[in-house]
Amino acid sequence: MNYLRHVNLLSRRFCTSKRCIKISQTDVKHVPQKAVASKIELHKPPPKTEIDADTIALLERLSLVDCANKEGIRILEASIEFADYILQVDTDDIESLFTVLEDIPLQVREDKVTEGDCREDILKNAVVTEEEYFVAPPGNIPLEARENPLHEEK
Amino acid sequence: MDKILLTDIKTVSRCLNGGVLTSSDLTNFSLNRALKTLKYNAFINITHDEAQKHAELSSKRYSKKKSLSDLDGIPIAIKDNFCTRGIKTTCASKILNNFVPTYNATVYQRLLDAGAVLIGKTNLDQFAMGSGTIDSIYGPTKNVWNFDNNSEDFYIAGGSSGGSAVAVASGVCLGAIGSDTGGSTRNPASYTGVIGLKPTYGLISRLGLIPLVNSMDVPGLLARTVDDIVSILNAVAGFDPKDSTSLTKPYRKIKLPPANKISIKGLKIGIPIEYHCQHLSKEIYDVWNEIAQLLASNGAIVKQVSLPHTEYSIVCYSILNQCEVASNMARYDGIEYGFRADEDSSTEKLFAKTRSIGFNEVVRNRILTGNYFFINQSQLKKNYEKYFAKALKVRRLILNDFDNVWNDVQVLLTPTTLSDAPLYSDFVKKTNRDQCAIQDYCTQPANMAGVPAVSIPITHSKKGLPLSLQLIGRNLSEPMLLALAKYIENIVQFPHFVTKQDNKSNEEYQLLFLTK
Repeated sequence: MNYLRHVNLLSRRFCTSKRCIKISQTDVKHVPQKAVASKIELHKPPPKTEIDADTIALLERLSLVDCANKEGIRILEASIEFADYILQVDTDDIESLFTVLEDIPLQVREDKVTEGDCREDILKNAVVTEEEYFVAPPGNIPLEARENPLHEEK
Repeated sequence: MDKILLTDIKTVSRCLNGGVLTSSDLTNFSLNRALKTLKYNAFINITHDEAQKHAELSSKRYSKKKSLSDLDGIPIAIKDNFCTRGIKTTCASKILNNFVPTYNATVYQRLLDAGAVLIGKTNLDQFAMGSGTIDSIYGPTKNVWNFDNNSEDFYIAGGSSGGSAVAVASGVCLGAIGSDTGGSTRNPASYTGVIGLKPTYGLISRLGLIPLVNSMDVPGLLARTVDDIVSILNAVAGFDPKDSTSLTKPYRKIKLPPANKISIKGLKIGIPIEYHCQHLSKEIYDVWNEIAQLLASNGAIVKQVSLPHTEYSIVCYSILNQCEVASNMARYDGIEYGFRADEDSSTEKLFAKTRSIGFNEVVRNRILTGNYFFINQSQLKKNYEKYFAKALKVRRLILNDFDNVWNDVQVLLTPTTLSDAPLYSDFVKKTNRDQCAIQDYCTQPANMAGVPAVSIPITHSKKGLPLSLQLIGRNLSEPMLLALAKYIENIVQFPHFVTKQDNKSNEEYQLLFLTK
């Protein structure tokens, strides 16, 4: 134990007022001195997932965001690599936890109208409306897959 | 006189009651200070008109001796992911840049009912995704500490509720509301040197809090003293019939005794060994150990405990976060509200274009990854079972770890963040995802288990930046948690940023009130 540091510990105060309480004059380390060894590093990582063009096309259709460029895929693959650590955990006979409130019955209210009649409020923030309707372009037209998504730069 | 803003809620409330100044005076001090501290970029929107309107009503109430509560006239700030009627609420995203809610978040409504004054909506990482408040379309929020007017670089405020934390740390407001999904209130509290409370899941209503992860989100509270946190908590906590995840158990207002009357004799405090991880800085380690020693030498029983799945908690959190995000972000399609791209050929194309332009890269990547974990198409691609269902089970293991530990101890003492605030230039060297994995290490387990946690500033690092610690308790243990926090606060006497700037203490204001 470094002597100088020991002295500093004994004489150190957190404040200068008279209400200050000194730290105990012992050398006890309540916090373990060494970082706990990583369990993750003990396991051999699974082979890194590489995203193929079909998966990208599927993800773009499901997500409806345009991000399947090189950088986006790289970040996705890195996220999957990180998520793969979870496969190391033994979850046999463990039930899923959907909500921390699982032991509390859901509060259900009476089937009575308590508010509403606020069409104006509901339509207020829509950029395009027609009379009392929201307006959308034609549906049921699937998004086309892009050519060569894996080779695009952003 | 405007230095009164730099005291605390109790002192200000007494001065307002005693007519030392009016609510309108106080609000004007606050608004002026907000304008003087624009360099930190804490606010997306300073609500001048709203603030002055609230303040005038408050002044009238005080003149008739009909104040609503100890928060009447108190300037507060709210993170810009809480809906405020008639005031734009953007989530720091282009996709909600034009969104003006038609209702109030319950938290905001309750503060209004208590008479509080809204000074403004604060900056955040877009949709609360981040731990630095740097991923906002309005630019980054900068830490008040070690701020250099002549430099492009700055120390980060932490995130995602960085704006709210800085609004409090800089002395503009006496309290602020943030949100906490993986540490977003406690992280910036730690870096800016204020108190940050993550309440028990379900204690404070989430109605009007634009959701990130429904099963983990909670409104968070920020203030400079524990007593102030209690004042705000008492105003906002309790059942809300409009939030089906809100706890129905009646909320009893907390009344903490004076700090010198709090005894910790026999209090069992646990040190979870796994929180001493690889990236923990020596300075945080030393502070953690010193406070543990301090508590032990004042009668507490301090012992090491184990939360064996801690290392996997951050992995589990990242999967569940990305999955719930993929689901929650599906509502932004440009039709009912928000930004709408110029695209008429098909709904899918409209949605895709709107969302690609409207969301930043961080949000888009989380949606993509979340949807990847949901793929359940063929024998080869059973990601749903492999990742999402697996993560749900690991979440149970993490909850079990906490349940086991409460058999042994009553509260846990841990770091909040692994170091003092990093420089922006260093912070951006890693991706948002990589940063969150380090920044959220000690904070997200409390969100996974739903338990309350509070971050308290202790002292300063060699660089002069705040070093903070975290207390975690079992569900609804806020009274005990905040009492212990007050005990520690009283001992360490952390020199706040506003105190360092100005020497007038609370006692002088007490005197002012008595002599008037």
